[in-house]
Amino acid sequence: MPATTAEVVDVLREAAAAGHVVVPSGRGTKLTWGRPVEPDVLLDLSPMDRVIDHQPGDLIVHVEAGATLAAVQEAVGRAGQRLALDETVPGGTIGGILATNASGPIRMQAGTARDLLIGVTVVRADGVVAKAGGRVVKNVAGYDLGKLMVGSFGTLAVVTEAVFRLHPLPEVQRWVTVEPDHLARAAHAVIHSQAVPWAVEVDGSTLSVLLGGRAAGVAARVAVVQALIGGTVSDVAPAWWGRYPWQPGEIGLKITCALSGLSAVLAAAGPRVRGSAGVGVLYAVADRADDVARLREVAARHDGTVVVVDAPADVKASVDVWGPVPALDLMRRVKREFDPDRRLSPGRFVGGI
Amino acid sequence: MSQRSGIEEVARRARQVLPAGGVIDDPARLRTYECDGLAHYRVVPALVVIPEDADQLAAVVRACAEHRVPFVARGSGTGLSGGALPHAEGVLVVTSRMRAIRAVRRDDQRAVVEPGVINLDVTRAATPYGYYYAPDPSSQQICSIGGNVAENSGGAHCLKYGFTTHHVMAADFVTADGDRVRLGGAAPDSPGYDLLGAVVGSEGTLGIVTEVTVRLVRLPEEVRTLLVGFGSTDQAGAAVSAIIAAGVVPAAIEMMDELAIAAAEEAVHCGYPEGAGAVLVIELDGPAVEVEAEYVGVERLCRDNGAFEQRVATDPAERALIWKGRKSAFAAVGRISPDYIVQDGVIPRTSLPQVLAAIAELSATSGVRVANVFHAGDGNLHPLVLFDEARPGEAEAAEEVSGAILDLCISHGGSITGEHGVGVDKARFMPRMYDEADLDTMQLVRCAFDPQSIANPGKVFPTPRLCGEVPGKRKGVHPLQDEGRAEIF
Repeated sequence: MPATTAEVVDVLREAAAAGHVVVPSGRGTKLTWGRPVEPDVLLDLSPMDRVIDHQPGDLIVHVEAGATLAAVQEAVGRAGQRLALDETVPGGTIGGILATNASGPIRMQAGTARDLLIGVTVVRADGVVAKAGGRVVKNVAGYDLGKLMVGSFGTLAVVTEAVFRLHPLPEVQRWVTVEPDHLARAAHAVIHSQAVPWAVEVDGSTLSVLLGGRAAGVAARVAVVQALIGGTVSDVAPAWWGRYPWQPGEIGLKITCALSGLSAVLAAAGPRVRGSAGVGVLYAVADRADDVARLREVAARHDGTVVVVDAPADVKASVDVWGPVPALDLMRRVKREFDPDRRLSPGRFVGGI
Repeated sequence: MSQRSGIEEVARRARQVLPAGGVIDDPARLRTYECDGLAHYRVVPALVVIPEDADQLAAVVRACAEHRVPFVARGSGTGLSGGALPHAEGVLVVTSRMRAIRAVRRDDQRAVVEPGVINLDVTRAATPYGYYYAPDPSSQQICSIGGNVAENSGGAHCLKYGFTTHHVMAADFVTADGDRVRLGGAAPDSPGYDLLGAVVGSEGTLGIVTEVTVRLVRLPEEVRTLLVGFGSTDQAGAAVSAIIAAGVVPAAIEMMDELAIAAAEEAVHCGYPEGAGAVLVIELDGPAVEVEAEYVGVERLCRDNGAFEQRVATDPAERALIWKGRKSAFAAVGRISPDYIVQDGVIPRTSLPQVLAAIAELSATSGVRVANVFHAGDGNLHPLVLFDEARPGEAEAAEEVSGAILDLCISHGGSITGEHGVGVDKARFMPRMYDEADLDTMQLVRCAFDPQSIANPGKVFPTPRLCGEVPGKRKGVHPLQDEGRAEIF
């Protein structure tokens, strides 16, 4: 349990000398995601939980990877700001969100961790500390290593610190919720409207649209959405908002598609589907492992993919968790450069990386 | 095999796959490609190829890989950091004949384009559907999407809408080996490493995109542009801070100082407020009601911070008039100075007053005039450093001031480039911003993509990393070797 970047270096150097497999972890809330991996060393970063610096005037925050998203929100919230990420799994850390690129409803307005990360400090498998990006939002000096780290499932390097851009907290938020006759059609009506929806989410047969911003503007945008799809207005989110639809022990899928494929993918995904229809990112519960291949066919027809996010070990052993991945050879070459001895979370990621 | 015979082999192969006219080796014609938008760096390439499609382009790159011949990609050649500066023994791969807009998929909010397509043409194609392509570098009437991808181009409106990297969803990509691969996807979050995220902004050092799928953004219902006159840059800077602190995210906030305003007046008679020490151009966009609410707030905040004149434009003609002064600023400086350097640095927005004061001091002590034009909302400075090449010592003095401004940016926690790229121009500044380990780690990516280091070599990094080390090989001397018990052959 390292408390500093320097201690992470020590752990990784020792692991390298001993040939140990290291799996970085935060609070362990998403540790079962990806393909299973047996660590010799579980690198628990949760003691590295400081908010190092918050500059409200510059709308940036610099945090350690073990800080929970909730703690970061509390710190920046005092200045009327937020890190525009949803807590899709309660208690998760910044490092965990970066490793999985976990995202919730607000991505339609603000993007994902990939889009908000502006600087990163990592420790490589060989113990070398490196940083990329910086503390300013606009910066094209050098390669954007942060992008490679986001969603890499701890297989390239250990992220110890991150700098993010922040957003102002909205003055008001309103949810327009409806059970439309045709879910995808209603979603499209809102997506292509002038309402500037911050999120267009589905849950089963329910559609809920988030509008945030200044009171006067939001009121007008709510009216635009209601004119299109009807529904009731609330100032609190539906109970299911921003949570995955599966329970522990179930087969949880992430399904993506081009927006024109929404109708087909929603139909194929079954009743327990939820997620960001507004950007073509859905989550669903599969009854059987066989469903995965069938859904992959449907999603692929609409430029999308299906990933088995979480599932019991026997299911993960019987299905292709990640599905077909183009440019796999290049990905393997990146892995080989960063972690030639395959000591960081080996086998957890795509193509056995 | 000598370099010369390598280039001859590549030329032979190019002639087999490209139509006549697509391969240029006539010295006089080669010279027309000797520089990009940063014209004081000039290198005549050994060969220019202008492929018409991805197959032709990949065949040329493959030949380069086989013969270890460097290649440099070039779109419209508008870059301001020498990123498309040719290699004397290499091939310049020009994408200007790959200009098809393959599809505008309104329902998907996507457009699929070839790399030579002009930035503004994507917006023109999407506008009939109520959409546009958001990144708008000031060269958008001539710069290409491929170049935008290479440089991760920004623009005045990236404050609200982000940079190229936030708008490129997928690309067909030719690796430095000449292989064709697909990166990303039309749908978000393609599984696997975000290789596309690494490629965008890599300045042509990892490979060449041959087709790009971009995100389209809904055209705003209302756009309102304000031109605000202040007595000083300090007042204007305070207004910017107040606007951001109030939680407003305008589509753009641009600032010009007195000297930049004077140049613009001289060049285009933009009629900016008389006697202004600084002007802000602020653009608000979105739903009409929202824009009106923001406008009222912004107008008040500007007044509270000393604005003495505010004009508002609500139709495209009036808007164009306000933007005319700002958009002409770089070229306009040519009216008040025979030569100038366009600098591009970034600082945290809150450091603006200190940094502007320091630039003024630099200017005063060196006698070098500096006109300031910048994207104030995100702290991206474009100081224009003025000099006269004909007068001995002036160019050097200007170069020194220009470099000192970058040091200022670094010391305030900023960046040496916000949108123009590192290219050949700023590679030497990279070690001031990143340490050796940082640069070494970035170049691991280079080694993965291009172990022979033939894709745009000599750009971005001051010192190339040797690739192709055996996986797991130890750094430094092996202990056994150190003890004299073993030798490495």
